[in-house]
Amino acid sequence: MAAIHLSINGRAFTIDADPQTSLLTVLREHLDLTGTKYGCGEGQCGACTVLIDGKAQRSCLTRAAAVGQRKITTIEGLARGDQLHAVQQAFLDEGALQCGYCTSGMIMSAVALLDRNHHPTPSEIIEFMDGNVCRCGTYSRIIRAIQKAAKKRVETGTAKAVGQ
Amino acid sequence: MSTGKRLDLPLEPERYELSSASAYVFDLDRREFFRVCGAGVLLVSVLKPSAWMQESGQSRPRRGDSLPQEIDAWLHIGENGKVTVYTGKVEVGQNIRTSLSQAVAEELHFPIEKITLVMGDTQLTPFDMGTFGSRTTPTMNLQLRRVASAARDLLVELAAKRWQTDRQKLTTADGKVLDPSNHRSVEYAALVKGQQLTQRLPAQDPLVPAESWTKLGQSMPKVDGRDFVTGAHRYPSDQKLPEMWYGKILRPPAFGASLVSVDLKKAEGMGSIAVHDGNFVGVAAPSSHQATTALAAIQADWKTEPQPSGKELVDYLKKSPAEGRDPTGDGDRYEVGNVDQGAASAAHRLQRTYTVAYIAHVPLEPRAAVAKWDADNLTVWTGTQRPFGVRGELAEAFRISEDGVRVLMPDTGSAYGGKHTGETAIEAARLARAAKRPVKVVWSREEEFTWAYFRPAGVIDVMSSVRDDGTIASWEFHNYNSGSAGIRTFYEITNQRIVFHPAASPLRQGSYRALAATANHFARESHMDELAHVLKMDPLEFRRKNLKNERLRAVFEAAADKFSWGKRQSADGRGFGMGGGYEKLGNVATFAEVQVDRKSGEVKVVRVVSAFECGAIVNPDNLRNQVEGSNVQGLGGALFEAIEFANGKILNGRMSEYRVPRFSDLPAIETVLLDRKDLPSAGAGECPMIGLAPAIANAIFDATGTRLRSLPLVPNGLKVS
Repeated sequence: MAAIHLSINGRAFTIDADPQTSLLTVLREHLDLTGTKYGCGEGQCGACTVLIDGKAQRSCLTRAAAVGQRKITTIEGLARGDQLHAVQQAFLDEGALQCGYCTSGMIMSAVALLDRNHHPTPSEIIEFMDGNVCRCGTYSRIIRAIQKAAKKRVETGTAKAVGQ
Repeated sequence: MSTGKRLDLPLEPERYELSSASAYVFDLDRREFFRVCGAGVLLVSVLKPSAWMQESGQSRPRRGDSLPQEIDAWLHIGENGKVTVYTGKVEVGQNIRTSLSQAVAEELHFPIEKITLVMGDTQLTPFDMGTFGSRTTPTMNLQLRRVASAARDLLVELAAKRWQTDRQKLTTADGKVLDPSNHRSVEYAALVKGQQLTQRLPAQDPLVPAESWTKLGQSMPKVDGRDFVTGAHRYPSDQKLPEMWYGKILRPPAFGASLVSVDLKKAEGMGSIAVHDGNFVGVAAPSSHQATTALAAIQADWKTEPQPSGKELVDYLKKSPAEGRDPTGDGDRYEVGNVDQGAASAAHRLQRTYTVAYIAHVPLEPRAAVAKWDADNLTVWTGTQRPFGVRGELAEAFRISEDGVRVLMPDTGSAYGGKHTGETAIEAARLARAAKRPVKVVWSREEEFTWAYFRPAGVIDVMSSVRDDGTIASWEFHNYNSGSAGIRTFYEITNQRIVFHPAASPLRQGSYRALAATANHFARESHMDELAHVLKMDPLEFRRKNLKNERLRAVFEAAADKFSWGKRQSADGRGFGMGGGYEKLGNVATFAEVQVDRKSGEVKVVRVVSAFECGAIVNPDNLRNQVEGSNVQGLGGALFEAIEFANGKILNGRMSEYRVPRFSDLPAIETVLLDRKDLPSAGAGECPMIGLAPAIANAIFDATGTRLRSLPLVPNGLKVS
């Protein structure tokens, strides 16, 4: 067991865990931040996606102890009070979910994409998001939601990167 | 623990009876209702025996001469102004929490945001067989409309009494009873204050006709959507209780393996507990990391038996009838006319064999359960389509009364027919009993791939004959193992022999979205295309010639129109095809365009058009979402999904080895919805899937001249000679 220091959603945490423990397990089990999901444990489905210094990372393959000083943002840290992030709102507006289990990972990946590309084309979205699986098959709606969020962020001047 | 036999039961409602419903009969106890709900007005819906029998597909055990009455839903209007509806149905992404709320809002004249649905909690909700077979909309939606309508009636009566006026003069809107004659109004909440009224649902159906709907028939967003985009919603695998431990199960090295010896000493010395009970071996520990470590410390020897492998599957299924079944097919036989005479009279005869592979549901949330004992009372939170069935499994496994078991089903991360059984609940409960504290078990993806159950594989032989004018003269159809859902042809054929042959499946199999309708439509609609080709007829024209069903004709025409079938231009490597049918009270026609790269063998589905009709549309945007989702999920089974297995082992049981559809597989999808306001609403979670596979197979033939008769069609691309 070792003390692991993490910065998550703007707050500092110290966790006592085995050094091999994944960031996903620390989030879900130690901190009860269950918005980040387990889907496959091998980085193939994207359900566990979080932002680390603004980059989309698979928390199931990331050792918590290896994150260091970098800033972690999870789905719980995306909204500002009652104000949803543009991507969250767009997912609601486009009905871009069915069971919603992939949604956290989809939204976090989409935020990472829009933070580095303000106007992604559909093929850029497909290429970037291809590691995120939606078994319910809402892909076309997710693409629309990402495009809608991109447009809104540019229009309202809110295209400010998250968690960097 | 003696759960092995029970868990191995194949589960598919149309092929096998589900584990029979409990003899549980909900006695109407007013005090109990109001203890749970608080004061107010309560409406109780009693399912008519005939409706019950339709849904369950079997008759209920009789008591005396009459069927027991069955409560299927209840609705409570509280003095706090909130309406709570209790139903045993569950939410797995089909969005019934929203559509059922719409039903209540419509008939009760009440704001949807003040309606709460309590779903799938065996202590609080009435008995329900389970959420499957696209039955929620045709049964529960209708039933809740009746309940809400009766509730509104009762509220009007209360207001009429209060005002001492004629109830005919009163109207309702937005949670109030209004008296237009003197502009007074009263909130429902005020009317029910201090009341403890119960009323059974009257027999008549005073329902708002679909033409006049204002809340049903609208694209209402998901009622609790915000909880899903913020990560706040707690799925079964997110449940956490104080003092809870984490459990892991020791899995055998192969199916059917038996435990010879096991040494738990090392595992027990690690701050965890270990359990060996019959063939069950598991551990629980304060953290999942510790549980994994303890599990790895267990030494076990297993005895395995040789088993069939995927390579020999087609032969095996045809030669291995299910226990007690006649290989010639007494299982499910439909015969009309005389196929031999029909065939003798026709100019062209065709005999073809089609196959489908085992596939996995891959629900993104694997099976999960949290179990907690309180003396001999057991509470389990788990993701299942059959909370009441799982309650029965738990009671049986632990030899306790069902009254002592409560199963709760938080809205779950999808199921697709794959979460009917309760093994995870039993595992968590067994470990919780040993650990003397709550235990959570979440299956790993590998466990989900291996120890759940699969969509049945199957072999389908079709022997047909056609006359020169395009009339189908005979139709013989034999399905081995995959199932009888959708096995009957909807084309007008005088001479038919249709037989389902249950086989001894080498893998555990069960329900999968649309059941065998996917396999049977694949074979039937592919074969239709083959016959059209024999006759050199346009495939749409050939279908028109043999199809009378108006609803099916309508979806074929609508899809053909949207697809511009008549203007298509096939070319080498570019092809067009169609497939369609009806299932679960819905009608679908799907047209597909494919692009085949002859050099690389890559097959890309570039465009899909589906026309779908399921009666009066309850929520157009959600319906569209279901049709689109069915087509996307269907792409996997059509093109590349297949479980590979050998000698009792799954060979590709990981997400990196089992390909599911991704963003890059997405075709342009267009959906045409036909809204039949004159017809009852039906479900849509399954039927839209069935047209896609044959449409793609037919399009590949159109593009290349290569006829593919096995699902998946192109797991390794298309080898064109």
